[in-house]
Amino acid sequence: MTVTVRIPTILRSYTAGASEVNVEAVQGNLADVLVALESQAPGISGRILDDEGHLRRFVNIFIDDEDVRYLNGLETEIPERTVISVIPAVAGG
Amino acid sequence: MVSLPPVVGPADELTIDEVRRYSRHLIIPDVGMVGQKRLKNARVLCIGAGGLGSPALMYLAAAGVGTLGIVEFDTVDESNLQRQIIHGQSDVGRSKAESARDSVLEINPYVTVNLHPERLESANALHLFAQYDLIVDGTDNFATRYLVNDACVLLGKPYVWGSIYRFEGQASVFWSEYGPCYRCLYPDPPPPGMVPSCAEGGVLGVLCASIGSIQVTEAIKLLTGIGDTLLGTLMTYDALAMDYRRLRVRKDPNCAVCGDNPTVTQLIDYEAFCGTISDDAADAARDATISVLQLRDWLAARERGERDFLLVDVREPHERDIVDIPGSILIPKGKFLDGSALAELPTDRQVVLYCKVGGRSAEALAVTKGAGFADAVHVGGGVVAWVAQVEPDRPSY
Repeated sequence: MTVTVRIPTILRSYTAGASEVNVEAVQGNLADVLVALESQAPGISGRILDDEGHLRRFVNIFIDDEDVRYLNGLETEIPERTVISVIPAVAGG
Repeated sequence: MVSLPPVVGPADELTIDEVRRYSRHLIIPDVGMVGQKRLKNARVLCIGAGGLGSPALMYLAAAGVGTLGIVEFDTVDESNLQRQIIHGQSDVGRSKAESARDSVLEINPYVTVNLHPERLESANALHLFAQYDLIVDGTDNFATRYLVNDACVLLGKPYVWGSIYRFEGQASVFWSEYGPCYRCLYPDPPPPGMVPSCAEGGVLGVLCASIGSIQVTEAIKLLTGIGDTLLGTLMTYDALAMDYRRLRVRKDPNCAVCGDNPTVTQLIDYEAFCGTISDDAADAARDATISVLQLRDWLAARERGERDFLLVDVREPHERDIVDIPGSILIPKGKFLDGSALAELPTDRQVVLYCKVGGRSAEALAVTKGAGFADAVHVGGGVVAWVAQVEPDRPSY
């Protein structure tokens, strides 16, 4: 299963500057996708998940246009060819 | 899509001069005389006259918003002018609030400008916001953004929000009476040091216009009650890809301030809520911070062979290209956070860390001391203080 993960500017230091990463996940939920993402961009999952493995509360993950907090969180099933957006809080003005 | 009532009622009339000035609005059927009279009657408070505040204030003024409030305590710095187009070269050193007022009145003398040359705080926010119909946020830090949000929720005011970093921006409308608030989208702020500010990471100047103009568009739609707003939608913009995306924002029933059982029912201490630097960094920096003047003396002593230490710049390589403190090596902060920097540090010499202004070096110091480098210190004020006090002829940023 291949999905596209959109990477925000502040996390592109983990992806060699790439704004999108195509991730090959073995199974089909968001946690699996993040494990696969981590193998391609080491260190990135620590910026998305806290020490207990929960989604950090200042980072939102959208599956297409829907926030996973209102789906099944990390257990949300990810269909093939979904676009996943990682949207962290930024405060610049 | 939620249908929203116009935020303000129409003024009694437009003068002949105003009709002439606003004619290109008046002939748009959706705006017309009634819409323009609503704008004339509107009172909009802009927090900050910086990157986002500049285009926001200028277009709100040109559009004919009758009363504009400006909350701003800072002065114009030359490094502002790359993006803060409401200020000009001759304004450097002036109050930003006064400089912004002059530009607004030059664009449109029919606008009443209220200056609030003070720092927005829990103690003054509710009194200030109560005088306005709508709040436009152009601030540059998380503490103020949570303060603005909570004050808007408590007063039932619409909150037009935008934020920017490098080539990327976000914008939305929050209005808890009709939809989500900022805390529904981002319940907690990031820990200090994890998300860089524009002062640390930079911002493409014109991005301010891209996001600021979205904010003004939303403000005008809210004030006049036309169109569909970004309430319940997060707009993201990537300037490099020239890509706009819409993401759904839901009202969170568990939201701390606008949810079913709110735990935040009055304004709190937002500096404590967001932290300026982490507790670990603050602990590490206590009694382990030297001034740039001390560093100058230490470097001179090192030159004479009377003292030995390793001076480490924990900024990013491109910052080092702008200016550095002589006699230092580069190990970016990230290598401290992931632990890989530790192998590069000497055990037979003291370690001295510095960054731009002292925040990142304090974070790196916490890691360094935690790894057993007990006598490590960092430089308060960083390279910016070094240039100001030791080498004033070198560039700052």
